[in-house]
Order: sequence, then C-alpha cells, then structure tokens
Amino acid sequence: MGKKLLLEHIDVPGIRTLNVYRQKGGYETLKKALTSMTPDQIVEEVKTSGLRGRGGAGFPTGMKWSFLAKPEGVPRYLVCNADESEPGTFKDRYLMEHIPHILIEGMIVSSFALGANTSYIYIRGEYFYVARILEAAIQEAYDAGLLGKNIMGSGYDLDLYVQVGAGAYICGEETALLESLEGKRGNPRIKPPFPAIAGLYGCPTVVNNVETIAAVVPIVKDGGAAYAQIGIGKSTGTKLISASGHLNKPGVYEIELGLPVEEFIYSEEYCGGIKNGKQLKAVVAGGSSVPILPAHLILKTATGEPRLMSYEGLSEGGFATGTMLGSGGFIAMDEDTSIVKNLWTFSRFYHHESCGQCSPCREGTGWMEKILHKILHGHGTLSDVDLLWDIQSKIEGKTICPLGDAAAWPVASAIRHFRHEFEEYVKAGHSIKDVKHYYRINHLPEPAN
Amino acid sequence: MEKKYQFSPETMAVVQKMISRYPNGKQKSALLPVLHVAQAEFDGWLSSEAMDYVAEVLQITPIEVYEVASFYSMYNLKPVGKCVLEVCRTSSCWLMGSEDIVKHLEKKLGIKDGETTADGQFTIKTVECLGSCGTAPMLQCGSDFYENLTLEKVDRLVENLRNDAERRVYTKDQKVNMD
Ligand SMILES: Cc1cc2nc3c(=O)[nH]c(=O)nc-3n(C[C@H](O)[C@H](O)[C@H](O)COP(=O)(O)O)c2cc1C
Ligand code: SF4
Ligand code: FES
Repeated sequence: MGKKLLLEHIDVPGIRTLNVYRQKGGYETLKKALTSMTPDQIVEEVKTSGLRGRGGAGFPTGMKWSFLAKPEGVPRYLVCNADESEPGTFKDRYLMEHIPHILIEGMIVSSFALGANTSYIYIRGEYFYVARILEAAIQEAYDAGLLGKNIMGSGYDLDLYVQVGAGAYICGEETALLESLEGKRGNPRIKPPFPAIAGLYGCPTVVNNVETIAAVVPIVKDGGAAYAQIGIGKSTGTKLISASGHLNKPGVYEIELGLPVEEFIYSEEYCGGIKNGKQLKAVVAGGSSVPILPAHLILKTATGEPRLMSYEGLSEGGFATGTMLGSGGFIAMDEDTSIVKNLWTFSRFYHHESCGQCSPCREGTGWMEKILHKILHGHGTLSDVDLLWDIQSKIEGKTICPLGDAAAWPVASAIRHFRHEFEEYVKAGHSIKDVKHYYRINHLPEPAN
Repeated sequence: MEKKYQFSPETMAVVQKMISRYPNGKQKSALLPVLHVAQAEFDGWLSSEAMDYVAEVLQITPIEVYEVASFYSMYNLKPVGKCVLEVCRTSSCWLMGSEDIVKHLEKKLGIKDGETTADGQFTIKTVECLGSCGTAPMLQCGSDFYENLTLEKVDRLVENLRNDAERRVYTKDQKVNMD
C-alpha cells in the first residue's frame, strides 16, 4: 500500500464534519503552526518538502511563496484555484466534497505563512454543490474559532470566502482567475507583473491549486524533510490521480510519486486493468493538455525502462516519446478507440474555451476543430494532416497564456504517434473498399448493404 | 406587460452578504455570484433588463455586466426550459458513450442540442468536461450531477422531471431521487 497523506481518512464516516475531522487529528497542525512556528519557518518547511504545484505546471511551491512581495501597509492575498476544468481531472472536487476541512486547514496555515488576512477559494460554477459543502465547513470553522478574529488565541485574523465561477476553463489560468474574481471576463493578463507582485486588486497574491494547499497540512505536521522522503527524486510526496476512460476501476487515487504506470493501470489496488478485457491503446496521462502516448510508450520509456508516474518519469523522452504529469488527469483508451475522434473532442473543447485575445489561439483552435471534423467525416485529404501540423506549430509559444500550447500539444502528439490513423480516415473517405472500416472507426452503424 | 426586476428583501440580504466579502469599493467582485442569483430569481435567464438591474445593485455600468454575462457559459442570455439537461461531451464522457446519451435525449424529447421543448420543460445543452470523468457519462441539471448514466437512467430522470413544476437552478440542491 502506498502512503496516503491527503486521503488517509477518506473512508471514515462523517469525515466531512468538523467534529470527526478533529477526532482524526484535524486542526492540530494549525495549532502547531500558530503556537510554535513563525510564518517564515512554515515557508522554509514547504521549501524543504520539495512540494511542487499540483495544478498542472509543477512550479515549486516554497519558491513561489518566497517571491511574494511584502510592501508595508498593502494587503496580501492567498487565492485557492479550485477551477478544475482540465478535461479528465476531478481530484479537487473529490477532495473538497469529502474532506473540505483539509483544504480549509491548509488555507489557514498557508495564509498565516504568507501574511494574508483575507483569502478566497475560487471554485468553478458547475461545482455549486461543492461550494455549498465548503461554505458549511467554513461556517463550522468560524463557529469553532478557527477562522475570524484571533484564531486559537494567537492574535492572527483571517477571513475565508468561497467565490463561484460561471463556466470558463480559462479561469483556471491564474491571472484569468484573478480577473474573474474581480468581476470581469476571464482574460489572462500579460506577465510580468506576476501575481506575486501585482495580483488581486493589484496587491501581492499567491494562487495555488486545492491539492497543493491541502498538502501543506501534512508538510507542516510532520516536517518538510519527512515529506521529501516520500516519492522519488525531485517528485516528492503524493499526488492525487483522476483516472477515467476504459478502466475497470476509474476514480481518484492517491499515489506515491514514482509508482510504475503499469502497476497503476493493471493492479487491483488501483485501476484494475482495462474494461472488458480489452487491450490498452493509448493514454492521456495528465489532463487533456498533455501529449497523448501510445500504450507501448506509456508503459515503458523509449529506452525500455518501466515508466514511472512522477514529473520526471512521465516527461522522460521529451515530447518525442514522453508526456507530462500535468494535473494528473489520467485518461485510458482501449483498442477500439478512435484517436482522431478523441482529438476532435479536445480540439472542440479548446476552441470553445479560448478567450479570444490572441489571434493564433482564437483562430487556430477553430481551424483545427474544423479540419478534424472534416477528416473525421471522410472529406479530408492527406494535405489536411500536414495543415493541422502546421497550424499547431504556429500556435505554440505565440500566445499570452499557455492555453494556446495546451491546444497545440494534443494535436501534435496525436499526429506524431498516430499519423497512420489520420491517413486511414482520409483513405476510407475516398474509397468504397474501405467504407466498412470508415463506419467502424466512426462508431456508426453499418449500412445493411 | 412590463416585468418588474427587483430582488426580494431576503434575496437582497443574500446579495449584500456577497458584496461584504470584498474590500470597500470592490463590490464588482460580487458580479458573478450575483448574476447567478439573478438568473435563478428571474426565470432562469438574464434579459438585458435583468442585467441592467444587477448593474444598478452593484453600482457599475450595464456594459460591465453584459460583457461578463456573455463570456461565461453558465449564464443563459435566452429563455431556457425549466430543466436544462447539460450533457458532458468531452473525451472521457465521449469514450463512455455520451453521444448515445445525447442522441437518446434528442429522440425522446423531439428536440436537438440547444433547443427547448414546446412546453418549456426541457432544454438539451451539450457542455464541456464537468469534472465527473471517472463516473462518465454524466449530465448536470441545476446544481445536481447525474453520473454513470445509462439510457435507462436517462429515461427515469426524464420521467421524474417531466411534470415537475420547480425550475432547476444552480443555487439550490434539487436532486431527483432515482431509486
Ligand atoms: C488554460 C489553463 C487552465 C488552468 N486550469 C487550472 C485549474 O483548473 N486548476 C489549477 O489549479 N490550475 C490551473 N492552471 C494552472 C494555473 O495557472 C496555476 O499555475 C496554478 O493554479 C498554480 O497553482 P499550483 O502552483 O499550486 O499548481 C491552468 C493553467 C492554464 C494555462
Ligand atoms: S492563448 Fe488563448 S486563452 Fe490564452 S490569452 Fe490567448 S486567446 Fe486567450
Ligand atoms: S469528460 Fe465528461 S465530466 Fe470530464
């Protein structure tokens, strides 16, 4: 059994409530932080832990915290990113729905470390019911003196609020999130300045993912060094993985970083293998934005080593033969899956979600969706595949925010590893001989004759 | 007949509480949550009069409200049915058969994606990933998630909702018992 730090008590009945959470040692870490540590000591522990942002980019959290500007007389803010809209990712929802107090405790400890007296949890609007669970938990914490004025008699004050979004993937990008929190359209800001200097209302702000903030609790509890012992190399600690697609046991799993992918997919402790006894065809390992890999490259690296679930393990081989850990949204596809059609759902998604500020992203995502639709419906040509490649290469790195890259990578990787499949669609669309094949790969009922 | 846009005193108290979460002068921050409240109060959609009223409540200009309302997918700028069936169509749900769910609903209700039934009861809306990929396929109605869908479950849901007079909104739990 891998070590569980966040989900250790997930099966305890009533763990959603403050009472049960406290019976299991909840808010002891807050007490430790407020009564025996200085804010700087907490930041040091987080640095020592090696914790990296769990929202997708993997930036070292302690370092991010130490960049926070501290001008005299200006408020500082901690904003929790609970926008979770990367397709394939549902771990933050699971954590907030079942153990809301671990996030709240993490928010208080982290706000204390950063010197914030007002903090916000920005949650995607579709998770309204989860927002209500959080608000109820926050009320419990206020009633118990864990939020508000003079928390636990320490003299530290904190107000914590939940803000609901209204349906926009782009609001997960941290500067778009801040715009949205200010009541505006979710258009990402040009950086610099970074939020650490000028964030919410122009004040120094730290934005962290739900899971990152929750992980601060075990780090402060047992010390950063103990946390750094878990995991592998620079990928310290545990990670929540959202597993979906053609798996026998989809769901949220807490893994120790460094777990072999093969064990994650096939062992009974985790996903229990591919549904209906089929073969694995491909995996998107870190949410829709990361490169798709065919089965042989996700199970083993190009050099034949077992591939490990860690930041370095998944990116081994670069984009040529590797991928990324991303948000930990692990989508498995069986042998019958159409890679082209799956890609089309992604491209449609990015087109729908582009905020429209940069031409390469706004126009390019639309073109890619249209060309894929054309190929998928048997009207494509071989030059369309090259055109797709060309468009994606002209989006990547040429936009204000990384959504452009995120839209380009799935297209590039699908062509890189499954070009033959695109060509099959093109050929099937143009030859009567392959019409059966065309219907099969499009999941259409075959015509009677 | 002129419709009157005015929050009830109880709703106004909720809105004032929302505004109090932000620093003085930053009441615009409450725009997204207040629009959700307005949509729930005013028949499930935001007419330009409803948006003008929200602008007045928050002391901002109407254009600041329009540009936000038109950006986010959860705000309806046209009337919708009492029960908007928001079916996820992205990868994990597609892999698990969301297309069949949409086709089945379209046939059953006699409308296409984006349309509303003549009696104003149902709207079908396909949406992007709702963070329920491990329990795919899924749909959302109001704030409630209906997961691990089968065609049979969809039938039961529709039957349960068909004569339900209550509008489904995001701001309340109104889950239908499917057992
Ligand atoms: C298009 C886009 C969407 C994003 N969505 C999310 C999200 O839903 N949740 C999240 O935590 N981070 C998301 N991020 C990453 C954030 O910008 C930011 O890096 C993160 O919240 C920082 O927190 P962390 O360091 O704790 O990971 C997104 C980034 C981009 C470019
Ligand atoms: S890359 Fe796309 S989503 Fe990001 S700012 Fe530009 S247009 Fe908007
Ligand atoms: S893909 Fe449908 S909920 Fe995520």
